[in-house]
Amino acid sequence: MAAQTNLNSMPPQDEATTPTNWRELVIENLIRLAGISAVLIITMIFLFLLREGFPAFVEVPLSDLFSSRWYPIEDKFGLLPLLAGSLIVTVGAVVIAVPLGLTTAIYLGEIAPPWQREILKPFIEVLAGIPSIVLGFFGWVALAPLIQSMGAPSGLTAFTGSLILAYMALPTIISITEDALYAVPKEYRDGALAIGATQWQTIWRVVLPAARSGIVIAVMLGIGRAIGETMAVMLVTGNAANIPDLGFGALFQPVRTMTATIAAEMGEVAQGSLHYSVLFGIGIVLFIITFAINSLATYFVGGGKRRRGGQI
Amino acid sequence: MKEQAMTPAKISVKNTTFTYGDGTQALKNINLDIRPNELFVLFGPSRSGKTTLMRLMNRLSDLIDDTTREGEILFNGQDVFGRRTDITDLRRRVSMVFAIPTPLPGSIYDNMTYGLRMAGIRDKAVIDERVERGLQQAAIWDEVKDRLDSSAFALSGGQKQRLCLARSLALEPEVILLDNPTSGLDPISTATVERSLYELKQTYTIIMVPHSVQQAARVADRAAFMLNGELVEVGTQQELFLNPHDKRTEDYITGRFG
Repeated sequence: MAAQTNLNSMPPQDEATTPTNWRELVIENLIRLAGISAVLIITMIFLFLLREGFPAFVEVPLSDLFSSRWYPIEDKFGLLPLLAGSLIVTVGAVVIAVPLGLTTAIYLGEIAPPWQREILKPFIEVLAGIPSIVLGFFGWVALAPLIQSMGAPSGLTAFTGSLILAYMALPTIISITEDALYAVPKEYRDGALAIGATQWQTIWRVVLPAARSGIVIAVMLGIGRAIGETMAVMLVTGNAANIPDLGFGALFQPVRTMTATIAAEMGEVAQGSLHYSVLFGIGIVLFIITFAINSLATYFVGGGKRRRGGQI
Repeated sequence: MKEQAMTPAKISVKNTTFTYGDGTQALKNINLDIRPNELFVLFGPSRSGKTTLMRLMNRLSDLIDDTTREGEILFNGQDVFGRRTDITDLRRRVSMVFAIPTPLPGSIYDNMTYGLRMAGIRDKAVIDERVERGLQQAAIWDEVKDRLDSSAFALSGGQKQRLCLARSLALEPEVILLDNPTSGLDPISTATVERSLYELKQTYTIIMVPHSVQQAARVADRAAFMLNGELVEVGTQQELFLNPHDKRTEDYITGRFG
């Protein structure tokens, strides 16, 4: 009776400690442990970040943090150039990646004949698999000279970073948007076409609104990918911690992002020094920004109740 | 009968064969004339090709990949598969209501005006008038007139079905394709819709897949019995339901199979 094989096929038993129940208990608790530990680890990372970075906000006067000079050797910790750098590179990437990603997804999901879809989709999946440093290298070797030849003082600019980041965000945006479009019931398209909508009208007025929540998630995840990226951006943005001039020209000046600053300087600071704390402080700022973007996404999607595409 | 034979057909299906990508032959050499202002019923067991035939008439069949088609379908004498056909215009004139109601995201009013706005009608007075008339013709006006701004998804199944019918009617098409328009309706609403069908055929040509043989016999001017992609028999209500020529038609109508 206490056979250890074939437990699954055993009939249910009344005793509380039959082998089946015991197994259930172990598995259930293992899963619980895994679930809780994920949350626990994230909390601990956040607490660590706070502990290491908090002195920065106490010891450096706020007016210094919001100054425009980042020069740690002289204890100048103005975060504005880094914020501006991240902002320009990310916004640039979003402006490039979102329209391109959405149109690609619409083409793949709604317009392309099956044989084209079968050729294009693997390419997009491969694009997602390219390590970011390889894209950065590509930017350094191929894009930067191109941009310089167009008249910029250096090829290593915010725009170069934006292009590379846009490319990195594209696969995410495309595949999640396509999923969202796919989740829109076929009946919507039939219904719209049957009352004389053109294909484009059907896509614009019926399919896209129905897939809205999924598309918002796609864009937000794409942005999240872009804002957190470090190495590729470090390679191609020129790493100059200056606030760029206002206007369109800002795109074609070298900048330095927050992530690149942490990566570049963390190896050289003394642990516990003010510079060290400020670098963690930048980490806190990044964390807050990402958190804000995620919250916004959840808000747009409607309280997180509706997850993907389809339902309105 | 002679007079009828003289009237040019509204829709004329000629030697049409249609095969899906998986090799299923959904229609086998169909020949059929639909006359103006008649209520034509296509009936038969499921998978007999009724819906496929309807979807060919306004080229919704284009949405399915990998199909082959032979023969031609004429609408007002023009081949709908001809190169010069404006598909969007065709679908406005030959409008279809599906078996599963397909309200679109948005309010009831939005649903009613989608098609009108996409057809380029901007005049609010015209739109509102068409909305009201469409809803009345589909026998749903009294139920929704006070809540045109609420979501179309909040309606019951039968109301959704009638809303979809109303939406097509607002476009003032020439032909209405009804694929089982009373599938989700209670007997009272069914009777209401059937009554309005009678009104509607004064203005429109109606092709309908009925809910049951009984409904087919109730509403049809003429009918066609389809079986496994073949058109078995075409005739007037009297001929087909009281005195069928083909053994298969008789068996189906009397309930021996189906």
